[in-house]
Amino acid sequence: MSALSASGAPLAVRTMESSAESAIEVTDLGFSYADRQALDAISFTIARGEIFGFLGPNGGGKSTLFRLLSTLVPVQSGVARILGFDLRSPSHALRRKLGVVFQNPSLDGKLRVAENLAIHGNLYGLRGARLRERAQAVLRRLDVAERAGDLAETLSGGLRRRVELAKALLHEPELLLLDEPSTGLDPAARRDFFNLLSRLRETDGATIVLTTHYMEEAERCDRIAVLDQGRLVALAQPTELKQRVGGDVMVINSAAPQALAQKIAQRLGVRAALVDGTLRIERPRGHELVAQLVDEFGGEIESITFGRPTLEDVFVHLTGHRFVAGRDESAREAR
Amino acid sequence: MDGVALQVCTLWWRELVRFRRQRSVIVGSLVQPLIFWVLIGWGFRASFKPSGMPVGIDYVQYFYPGVIMLVLLFTAIFATIATVDDRRQGFLQGVLVAPVARATVVAGQALGGTTLALLQGCVFLVLAPLAGVQLGAPAIAASIGVMIVIAFAFNCIGLLIAWRIESTRGFHLIMNSILVPIWFLSGAFFPAAGAPLWLRWVMRVNPLTYGMAALRRALYLDQPHVLGALPGAAPSLAISLAFAAIAMWLATRVARHSRVIST
Repeated sequence: MSALSASGAPLAVRTMESSAESAIEVTDLGFSYADRQALDAISFTIARGEIFGFLGPNGGGKSTLFRLLSTLVPVQSGVARILGFDLRSPSHALRRKLGVVFQNPSLDGKLRVAENLAIHGNLYGLRGARLRERAQAVLRRLDVAERAGDLAETLSGGLRRRVELAKALLHEPELLLLDEPSTGLDPAARRDFFNLLSRLRETDGATIVLTTHYMEEAERCDRIAVLDQGRLVALAQPTELKQRVGGDVMVINSAAPQALAQKIAQRLGVRAALVDGTLRIERPRGHELVAQLVDEFGGEIESITFGRPTLEDVFVHLTGHRFVAGRDESAREAR
Repeated sequence: MDGVALQVCTLWWRELVRFRRQRSVIVGSLVQPLIFWVLIGWGFRASFKPSGMPVGIDYVQYFYPGVIMLVLLFTAIFATIATVDDRRQGFLQGVLVAPVARATVVAGQALGGTTLALLQGCVFLVLAPLAGVQLGAPAIAASIGVMIVIAFAFNCIGLLIAWRIESTRGFHLIMNSILVPIWFLSGAFFPAAGAPLWLRWVMRVNPLTYGMAALRRALYLDQPHVLGALPGAAPSLAISLAFAAIAMWLATRVARHSRVIST
């Protein structure tokens, strides 16, 4: 079948086949709030068994996309199919197959961990011995079994995230959606949490879709989509994205960046882009240029950094502004 | 137990467990009406005889059913207010993406809150002798029945607002500026009979007036002579039931159209 579609099978056959194989298929999905457009006709496909990340600054559209995919808000325009279900008429059958981890806590702090899981299980139709068995299994798996009797509000941030994940896994979802799962976790806890997700994919073959604004988290996904101002600006494997940046990246801090950029262009014939007050140069064999730059303009350079491109560089490369930009966007979204 | 019944039960049970673990809420919703009763009831007992008050009872006794009503109201407010924050960053987020109908969620919440309000109301039934009210078994049974209907209606109104509004401050504002006056003008505080004509009309169209009348008739089942001029038992009960049913319908409707709060 795949050979057939690769060689250009009729469209009808291809869509049928791809909906059987892909976990999520989105075409021209748009979403507007009363005063602004949050998503602008984005399209993408996520395969089953993939760990897929949406990377972008706050206000980029990640949270809106998460709300759409988790059936919290209705589709306004475009088409989205999840696990073969049309998202325009979300059914309980679809919801049963989704595991959702929210950015904000969704545990009831006044309930014990086990009670939280029991209620969640009941809502998904689990009860009795089967429920107890599942609850124990997920708690043990996430290493929080000994806290089952504790009130959820007494757990530390890291443990609470684990219990959130345990709750989402209780009903054995086929697709796990996580909104900024590691917000509020320290780097070590963040790594642990991602290791858990990786193991989960290996053992269960679950599809994992997450949003993040942590570069190191995005780097560990199979593929990432970069969202900026409601648009999908790139979708590829992290390494592939990094290759799009032309070689090494140099960032120069200077008191007069504009003037310096002009001089660099004149004397060395190298274009330096001005991004949020710093100069950036993307070039292969950058170390040679660094020596040259320091020789020629040493007095005008406050600092210069040099490195292999990171996803942050990719983001700047793609959007022309820094990742942390968009503070005003997030303020607008918080409204 | 089929799926929906299990869902309702588990949400109902959650309300009870949460409440039990929040002592301050339990105490607060009991103490406030108690203070009202003691200060206003005993404070006014000697001096305050609203015209139209039935002969043969004092103000403590007159105010007693109104205080029970207030307990039901306060407990319903406390039970439903959590819904506001729960939608934004809490337990209800998970419920909203679960295979659960909104009507089921509302039913579970309303039944939970009703149970709590009923339990708190029963605490006040025990205090009846203090008010000089003699409660026989039929009066207790009738009072519990009426309390269930009213508590359910209050909880549905609380949910109706909580599923719609985006802040707990707004919730308090609405509950206090709408429900407390409704309570005040239901005959809980003073009888309609002695009020000016326009006020009497306001009280006549206030649905809670009939809930109040039903509760009064149930509590004073064995002392009908102290009832004074009140709407009849059958219309009072019928209007109270209709009020509860409409409140439930509206709460379900609002919850169905309620979107997750954007943060």
